[in-house]
Parts: sequence; structure tokens; C-alpha cells
Amino acid sequence: MLEIQNVSLGLNEDKGVEILKEINLKFLEKKIYVITGPNGGGKSSLAKLIMGVYNPTAGKILLDGQDITNLSITDRARLGIGYAFQNPPRFKGIKVKELLKMAASHNPDPVNICDLLYDVGLCAQDYLNRDVDSSLSGGEMKRIEIATVLARNLKLAVFDEPEAGIDLWSFQKLAETFKNIHLKYDTTIVIISHQERIMELADEIILMSNGMISDQSERDTILARILNNDACLCGSNCAKGVNQNAQCAG
Amino acid sequence: MLNALDKIMLEKVADLHEIPQGAFNIRKNGAGVQRNTTANIDIVTKADKSGIDVIVKPYTKGESVHIPVIVTEEAINDVVYNTFEIGEYSDVLVVAGCGIHNSGSHKSQHDGIHNFYVRRGAKLKYVEKHYGQGEGTGERVLNPKTIIEAEEGAVVELEMIQIKGIDHTKRDTEIRLMDNAKLVITERLLTYKDQDAESNITVELIGADSSAQIISRSVAQDNSKQEFFFDLVGRNKGRGHIQCDAIIMHNAQVHSTPKISARHSEAQLIHEAAIGRIESEQLIKLMSLGFSESEAEDTILNGFLK
Repeated sequence: MLEIQNVSLGLNEDKGVEILKEINLKFLEKKIYVITGPNGGGKSSLAKLIMGVYNPTAGKILLDGQDITNLSITDRARLGIGYAFQNPPRFKGIKVKELLKMAASHNPDPVNICDLLYDVGLCAQDYLNRDVDSSLSGGEMKRIEIATVLARNLKLAVFDEPEAGIDLWSFQKLAETFKNIHLKYDTTIVIISHQERIMELADEIILMSNGMISDQSERDTILARILNNDACLCGSNCAKGVNQNAQCAG
Repeated sequence: MLNALDKIMLEKVADLHEIPQGAFNIRKNGAGVQRNTTANIDIVTKADKSGIDVIVKPYTKGESVHIPVIVTEEAINDVVYNTFEIGEYSDVLVVAGCGIHNSGSHKSQHDGIHNFYVRRGAKLKYVEKHYGQGEGTGERVLNPKTIIEAEEGAVVELEMIQIKGIDHTKRDTEIRLMDNAKLVITERLLTYKDQDAESNITVELIGADSSAQIISRSVAQDNSKQEFFFDLVGRNKGRGHIQCDAIIMHNAQVHSTPKISARHSEAQLIHEAAIGRIESEQLIKLMSLGFSESEAEDTILNGFLK
């Protein structure tokens, strides 16, 4: 379905700062993948690369065999790629129902906006006519963001830390919603997450650190490995109580 | 009496598809062309100068007054003085749009000077829309002046909208609020090409427990210029809040000058102002839903100016 071939992403090519290094991944139809790993490991950059927000400095991205490496965000969206932001932007003067209608506008099937809100644990009558602006809390914004992706008929949906800011009570609802996305469309789901409960939804878990894939396997295998391994995943050896003047290793 | 062009202009400035219900006065090229009064709302031509007196009887509820002005000829310089008497405890909507269609090479200008007396406990919603069109090089100029006095317990909602079409505008708004009077101003402005617009809003909280909220949103495109002056004066216990937001594009310029003055220790005044480009994250979000970049831009601007 989606293939990432030898993809690298450099921020400052002169200095050779590489955020992602020769990533190779293959996402199969209807599967759920969870990408996890330490902060700054390149997970969000990979998500933005898939959506076309960033362009890779090397490598190729293929969707159903078609090379989409140089396609714009709009073109990728129209081919069926969706992306839920980690920090969704707010819009002055645009109502929740208007944003969701926009999200559903390219979906050939009828979409019930109220059901979408229900699926992310929001009460439709309380939210439909509210503006998507700073009057909404971070958790409310995140859920509406997820709803904009659920509104679409997608081949691939990428969610960047969907659980961040979402309260414990709504978490279960969200987990169910992710599980049920397949019932409607054959969407492949990629979730960036640190939550064990989200990882439990995965068919496969991908572990990323230092811009590379450090491990990838079936859920149970990798979960066992992560849970049994308390060691930190950063590249250098660190210890508490070292000299205060010590320089962190680059 | 009204031709097809007149009807288009009326629809733009007053959302009128047909002759309106209720009281109305249509002014075209400097002269009144059609009028209707009701049992509760009278419209009288001024004897001493150009303009009308609109008198709303006390306790009139749910009625509306439309006073659109259309200018369809070039080289018109129309100055009009309108006075509105909004009777005690009435609740009315006044729609006063102005549309200019100038297909010639000479300037067409309309200056409307509007004085409102909103009596005790009355509710007024005043909508002013400006619209300009025409293929000529003649400039379209609108300089409205609105003075509102809101008596004890009056509620005034003011909507001022100007989207493209007007080359120069200088808008002066002065409002005085007495005890418990409440004011909400919504201003929307879009300029493009070489247009310029200036808006001066002065609000005085004179009575105790009066409140004012001013929400101004504007978009400046191409080489256009916008200038805003907000002056909020708290002379008594009360609350005032100005929020002005501008989206700036291309080579446009926006100047915003806030002024809040408290002359009473229990006056609470807030001014918030921001000028900036469209956020790239907003564009990316809409593009990731399948919108092209220009569709995304239009959607963001339309929402912002709604």
C-alpha cells in the first residue's frame, strides 16, 4: 500500500543534520501500525513526510506503486492520505460543523457530522456551532482534529499522538473508534503514540530513535521487549550525578 | 423605478431581493426614490438639509427599517444627514447599506452622517454594508459618520461591513453609553488593489455598569492600506474590550492604534491587537483535507471575515 524506500530528511544540508536516516517501511492494507520511541526521534517528521508537509532529501515514497515523492499535500490528500496534527491549528470564524463538512467534502459517501463527534467522545449539540478557535481546549481541539480525519474515505490515515490532552474517561471511546475505522473503509492506520493502550491496538509496532527504525515487529513481541527494557534508547551513555559542567554528547 | 442594476446593488448592500417589508427609504443618486412607513415607524424628509428623520415609536417590537443608498452615476457627491429616534423599550433592526456602481471616469462619493438616539431600554441592531462595483476608472468613495447615544439600559449592536469595491473610505464612529447600556461592535473590512480605508471608533462609557465590546477583523491585500484608531474611555464603573485582528498579505500595510483611558478606578478596559499573515499550519491543514492552496486561503479569509 504505502512504501517508504531509503528516505532521508535533512534539515540543514550544509551541516549534515539528518532528522531521518534511510528509512525503509512498508504499510499493508487494513493494518494498524503504532510508531513509538523517544521524543525527538523523528516520528512526527516521518508523519509530515508521508503527508507531503516535508519533502525528503533522498529516497522515494510509493502509494499503491505510484511514486508520490514529489506530489503536493493537496494531491496526496486527494489520493487518500490523511493526517491528524499533533498540534491542530485553530480557525477564527469557522464553526466545528463547517470544518467537518469541509473534511467530508471529498468523501463520495454521505457523512453524518454528529456521528463523527460522537465517535471522538464529543456531544454534537454542544459543539456543532462553536468556533474552532481559542475558546476550545487542547483536548477538544485534538478530538475535532481526529474527527476531520474520520470524515474522509482514506487509504492511509496518520495520527500524530492522538491521545495527547485527552482525558482518561474519553480514552476508551477513542481506542474503540480506532479499532472500528476498518469496518467502514479499508484504511491503513499509522498512529504515533507513547500509550500502551494505543499500542495494544496495533498489528505491528515500529520503534524509532535517532531518526532510524530501531525495531519493528508484531505487537506482542515488541511490547514485551519494550516493557522488559528499562534502558534508555538514546545514543550515548548517560548517568545521573555526573559533573555539572559536563557537555551533553551530540 | 428600480432597474436591474439597482436591484443588484440593493441585494448587495441590504440583502434585499424585493421591496422590503416594513419601513424603508431608498435613495438613489442623491434623491429619495421610494419610501414606506408603518404604524410604528415614521420617516420624514428633513426640512433644513438633505436627509431623513426615522422615528420609531416606544415599545415597537420586531420591526425593521431599511435605508439603502445606491449611486449608479459618476460625478455624484451626495451628503446626507439622517437622524434616528429609537423609542423607549423598542426592539428594531436598521439596515443602512450603500452601494456605488461607477462605470465612468469621475469620482462618485456618498457621505452618510447618521445620528442615533437609542432611548431607555431600547434594543437596536444597526447593520451598515458597503459595496462598490463598476468597470470605470472613477473612484468610489464612502465616508460614513455614525454617532450613537445609548440611554440607560439600551442595547446596541452595530455591524459594519465593507468587502472590496470601495477605493477610499474614512469611517468615524462615536458612541456614548449611559447607565447599564451595552454595546457590541463587529467590524469587517477587506481592501485590495490600491484601496485605502481608515476607521476611527471612539466609545465612551459614561454611565455606571455600561459595557462595550468591539471586535474588528480585517484583511489587507495587494497594495492597499488600512488604518485603525480605537479610543475607549471609561468615565465610570464599567467594562470595555477591544479585539482587533488583521491578516496582512502581499504589499499591504496595516496600522492599528489602540488607546484606552480610564477615568474611574472601577473601569476595566482591555485592548488586544494582532496583525499577521495567514498561519501556514492553517493552510497545511486545509490542504491535507484536499483543498488547493488558493481554496484553502479563500476559506480561511471567508471565515475570518464572517
